[in-house]
Amino acid sequence: MSTMLLAQQILNGLLDGVYYLLIALGLSLIFSLGGIVNLAHGAFYAIGAYLTLVLSPYLGFGGSFVAAPVVVALMGVVIERTLFRRFYRSDPILSLLMTFGLAMVAEQALRMIFGAPPLSYSIPTWLRGQVAIGSFIYSFYRVVLLGIAITCIAALWLLLQKTSFGRVVRAGVQNPDMVGALGISLQPYMSAVAALGIGLAGLAGVLLAPIYSIHPAMGQEIITPAFVVVVIGGLGSFWGVVAAALLVGLVKGVMVGIGYSAASTAAIYLLMLLVLLFRPRGLFGERITRFE
Amino acid sequence: MSNNSQFTRRSLLKTAGGIALVSGISAPAILRAQTADVIKIGHLTPRTGFLGPLGEYAAMAADLAVEEINAAGGMMGRKVELLKEDSVNPQTASTKAERMIERDKVACIIGEISSASCLTIAQVASRTKTLFINTGGNSDALRGKDCQRYMFHVESQNSMYVKTVGRSFLRDGLVKGKKWYSLTADYAFGHDLLKVSKRFMEANGGNFAGDDLVPTDATDFSAYLLKIREAKPDLVVINLAGNQITNFLKQYAEFGLTFPVGGFGFDTALAWAAGKGNFVGTWPVVWHHLLDTPGSKAFVTAFTNKYKKPPENQAWGDYVATKIVAKAINDLKSAESPKIIEHFEKGAKFDVLKTREGYFRASDHQLMHEMYAVTALPADKIKNQWDIFASSPAVPAANEDLEIIAATKEENSCTFPS
Repeated sequence: MSTMLLAQQILNGLLDGVYYLLIALGLSLIFSLGGIVNLAHGAFYAIGAYLTLVLSPYLGFGGSFVAAPVVVALMGVVIERTLFRRFYRSDPILSLLMTFGLAMVAEQALRMIFGAPPLSYSIPTWLRGQVAIGSFIYSFYRVVLLGIAITCIAALWLLLQKTSFGRVVRAGVQNPDMVGALGISLQPYMSAVAALGIGLAGLAGVLLAPIYSIHPAMGQEIITPAFVVVVIGGLGSFWGVVAAALLVGLVKGVMVGIGYSAASTAAIYLLMLLVLLFRPRGLFGERITRFE
Repeated sequence: MSNNSQFTRRSLLKTAGGIALVSGISAPAILRAQTADVIKIGHLTPRTGFLGPLGEYAAMAADLAVEEINAAGGMMGRKVELLKEDSVNPQTASTKAERMIERDKVACIIGEISSASCLTIAQVASRTKTLFINTGGNSDALRGKDCQRYMFHVESQNSMYVKTVGRSFLRDGLVKGKKWYSLTADYAFGHDLLKVSKRFMEANGGNFAGDDLVPTDATDFSAYLLKIREAKPDLVVINLAGNQITNFLKQYAEFGLTFPVGGFGFDTALAWAAGKGNFVGTWPVVWHHLLDTPGSKAFVTAFTNKYKKPPENQAWGDYVATKIVAKAINDLKSAESPKIIEHFEKGAKFDVLKTREGYFRASDHQLMHEMYAVTALPADKIKNQWDIFASSPAVPAANEDLEIIAATKEENSCTFPS
């Protein structure tokens, strides 16, 4: 294989990782703050994709791109208010069971409303085509997708690091009792974080609807690799999750590139195993007292 | 658990009441199972998971068939009742098949799409001497080393798919001296199909520029597309299944690749999901909704009226299988599996909605029938979301033996376990 092709595969792998990131960051945030392992996260991604399909005839792709994540985020607030908040203080296994059930309900609801067969949706004409970056020819849509994803990730980082909202959230991750003792109620922050995390999953659904098959079980396809990313990256670490997503994409892409495609999925689990063996808290995982 | 201490007299009464209520409801069902005026048919097929979308068409078609059979007087004057279940996976499929046969006393089982589940259901069928008609499992092994006396196949075997679409590739000069790049689903179905397609390739003087196995959970094909672009093949061959075909087609269009595309396994629902402009290439099908025969037209009309969308090829399989069973039982005036099997093995002919009647080949229980290769229409010729391809004439042609597309004894031989 030529060096050129290998370089292409490395670049493509990194880009591939960015899609997981939109899902994984939300998962990581919701778990860090509320201790909820949200197995229903993939379902919100699926709902985002289906909403794109429903809203596009009225709003176009551009309109759905704004509206669908907002609708999904509002669903996130409702779910947080009615379900998540009952489980913040309980054993994580209970919230795991609850979100597992929620994922099944959501998937079956999609099946009942839209039918089991996959539905069609294409890239809007104005986003089609190829771009040449040197001799590397790449899909224009994916370059746009990358731009949007990077913008969202940067905005999320700024929100968490540079605003008073972010300071409370980060303090809440480390020590919720202390935040409470200081007279700050975490409740609205929990809702906001659920809206953000779940909204990001909805956004991923919008962005991937034109290039992936849209079917009720599509959430299941993305949730497992997203969890692997969170585990490799380490809990509570923003950049850990970012690095892990890129690493997972890279490993998968290179495995396909060098002719070991059959092992490309197995490789990311092997990577997870190795990371857990040598760094049990993940690559950049912080020590969070209540999860130790 | 602290709950134990809260188990009061009140909750005990509630539980007891609940149990009484539930058993009260289910008791008539048990009685019904034994009444003689109903014939039960079991329908098992995956309704969830990556084959679920096809399973839904299968179930809709089986319902339609039973409705029509009952409207025409049922089986031997008795009403037909269809018991439908999600087969989920090979283990669950076998458990449910056993329950349908032992408890519900079904006359036969129809359905399935996964070759692995076909095998476990066939084992139960053989042990209980009950007929099983496979409507969606393709692997040659099911008609070869894993063949069973009590299993018949309405679905075509992989060899039939390969030889049908292979004719189109040969005609278009895409085989002899040409390079293929294949992507194959990394599980039993894909491996079986790859083996058969390699045999076809070697027999016709072509070779592979690349040959990748794709994990069944892969959704992103960009890494493969970059390799394909580099390899510049004469034909991209897709041996994938389910949603992966849709994902591939959407991304192939996204990356703007223009090499001819074809595949050896296919379902029209996946082309519909890829959509206009994304669906490209030439693919084999057992049946499609544009077939111009009276039987197919009537089926398409009835299905579209009932479900507001046209049937796809998996619907044909379950519809035809149910109709075949009804015809056999009515002709024989018996619903006993051994008698039906003897009837099938003697070469009884059945209407399969095509130009020629079909029959089961006695040596491996494969339905011999016509197949078709469909080619995607260019975007400007597409009038609606369903009619997005043009069909080849029936394969084999009218003057040819139906068996010439099936695997020969040398390619795939079956010895029924005694």
